[in-house]
Amino acid sequence: MSLSLSGSTRNLPQYGALVAVLLANWLLFPDFFSIRLQDGRLFGSLVDVMNRGAPVALLAIGMTMVIATRGVDLSVGAIMAISGAIAATMTQAGWGLSAVLAASLASGLLCGLWNGVLVAVLRIQPIIATLILMVAGRGIAQLVTEGQIVTFVSPDLAAIGSGSFLTVPMPVVLTVAMLGLTALLVRMTALGLMIESVGVNRLSSAYAGVNTPVILIAVYVWCGLCAAVAGLIVTADIRGADANNAGLWLELDAILAVVVGGTSLLGGRFGLLMSVVGAAILQAMNTGILLSGFKPEFNLIVKAAVLLVVLLAQSPALTTLLPRPRGAQPIKPHPVAPKRTTP
Amino acid sequence: MIQRFLPLIVTMAVLVVGFLLCAAQFPNFASLRVVGNLLTDNAFVGIAAAGMTFVILSGGIDLSVGAVIGFTTVLLAVLIEQAGIHPMVAFALALIVGAGFGAAMGAVIHWFQMPPFIVTLAGMFIARGVSFVLTTDSLPINHPLYSDLNEVAWRFSGGGRLSLPAMLLLGVFALSMLLAHWTRFGANIYALGGNRHSAELMGVPVARTTVGVYALSGLLAGLAGIVFSLYTGAGYSLAATGVELDTITAVVIGGTQLTGGYGLVLGTFGGVLIQGLIQTYITFDGTMSSWWTKIAIGVLLFVFILLQKGLLAVWSDRDGDPAEA
Repeated sequence: MSLSLSGSTRNLPQYGALVAVLLANWLLFPDFFSIRLQDGRLFGSLVDVMNRGAPVALLAIGMTMVIATRGVDLSVGAIMAISGAIAATMTQAGWGLSAVLAASLASGLLCGLWNGVLVAVLRIQPIIATLILMVAGRGIAQLVTEGQIVTFVSPDLAAIGSGSFLTVPMPVVLTVAMLGLTALLVRMTALGLMIESVGVNRLSSAYAGVNTPVILIAVYVWCGLCAAVAGLIVTADIRGADANNAGLWLELDAILAVVVGGTSLLGGRFGLLMSVVGAAILQAMNTGILLSGFKPEFNLIVKAAVLLVVLLAQSPALTTLLPRPRGAQPIKPHPVAPKRTTP
Repeated sequence: MIQRFLPLIVTMAVLVVGFLLCAAQFPNFASLRVVGNLLTDNAFVGIAAAGMTFVILSGGIDLSVGAVIGFTTVLLAVLIEQAGIHPMVAFALALIVGAGFGAAMGAVIHWFQMPPFIVTLAGMFIARGVSFVLTTDSLPINHPLYSDLNEVAWRFSGGGRLSLPAMLLLGVFALSMLLAHWTRFGANIYALGGNRHSAELMGVPVARTTVGVYALSGLLAGLAGIVFSLYTGAGYSLAATGVELDTITAVVIGGTQLTGGYGLVLGTFGGVLIQGLIQTYITFDGTMSSWWTKIAIGVLLFVFILLQKGLLAVWSDRDGDPAEA
């Protein structure tokens, strides 16, 4: 598990990359690390990186566990749009904050339940099962907003996006809270182990007594919840819901953050904190590109380069080609397809 | 035999019934003009979807096609308008770049044993990123050849026309069917998608087939980009965002199994037209909002996937082979 001692050395590349990107930003922009307190809230580039990275970090938390079960959730961007649309529309209609939050989060849970049932009960491939909601979800969000960009005036709801708690911006607080809650759920119980075992081999896990459908559904439901929180933050931040563009392509950023964080797309071992670090690396790079005066258009190419480097480093083929450090035993490549076992 | 053709029959039945329902509601619907426009408007999606069919049949996926279409339109605009290259030469270059890009992704997928999903995702970022770097503006293409090519059409009596993009669409599907069903390359793709390990043991050249499949998808995405650039007369780096999903949806509605190995190219053609039909219906109706298109396509996608699952369960019971572990 990632909390163990051996795990901390395994994660050195990620921490190294984060430090390197932050140092590069500092070289480009000497004020990068300066943080000042103004109107009871922290300001500064570093705070900005965490604040802007919060939605992707939240998505990455849910996505990590989905990917650990050898799945993927393409619908998180659409779920963000739905939860944001519900929050904005209900606030505009005069509902109170608690009702708005409950309905918005419930929509995320419901979307996650739908994905989970498709994957776990109907046994549809995760890419395709979640593609359905990715395609239809934006339509549903537009149905909620009736095709308009709904804006609202509510200091309560807006505080989720731009407020602060003990001087820390609210999105960062929510992300840390979700990370803590999720880590508590999966690492202090056997849940995390079961998620990993389902990802390594669904059939053997089922034979070993793991209730695989329930685990899978729970994972997608949690991913939906994380996406709903991210959607709330984005909506509260811009004080409006844009069903067409809210969370657009963020599912890809979230997958990228998980991959950069070192969780294998082939399922199994996962690191929640590492995925959040991955999201921070991506956001820090983004900020760096903007600060350095490069055109923001370079951002996508840099992302692709990072993705390829990380993938190549993880590639089973490359691991066997390169010599192992300090006489370690070469590990066998991860099987590309699960071997078919006859029960 | 019925197993192989049942999904195709269902897809085509949905298409025909859908068209008849539309025609019953709007008398003007059943005209060659509408059919011609349906083919023209969906030509670029259809051409890319033909390539996607091969990728999915081989057991892979290609998320980069939309980005390659966008990149091709930008490349054409830059080559023709800024570098002054003749459009025909630019077309050839665009096709070579598209095929080369696809081949490179296929090579990475095969030799580094990486999931196609994530490799083509990186490809999507690269293709969009390079087009952003080339230009963020929409560049108009004013070469006289463009207006000439847009005039090329087979005109029917009654005002309908089969435009050049529509002809290309039909041509691509005719050739794709030949390639899939009557060549060794096609047979290799089906074998690879059915079971990679057995295909390897059988002597299927896995490396060549994998690279070839992604190169073909890249080539057809390049062609779709040329068609899109003819259709809009401009190069824009954000063009055709999300088309990869439209093409995957078309392939699924067309009855191809996403696990690879089963499916027909003609089904994808039906899938593209069904999506186009929904859009045309909503345009005809005039009062419905465009977001219904997305919901309708999502529902359709769901129904077709369930249908596939049901069929697969029935067959695997008969064969005594578990459909999946």
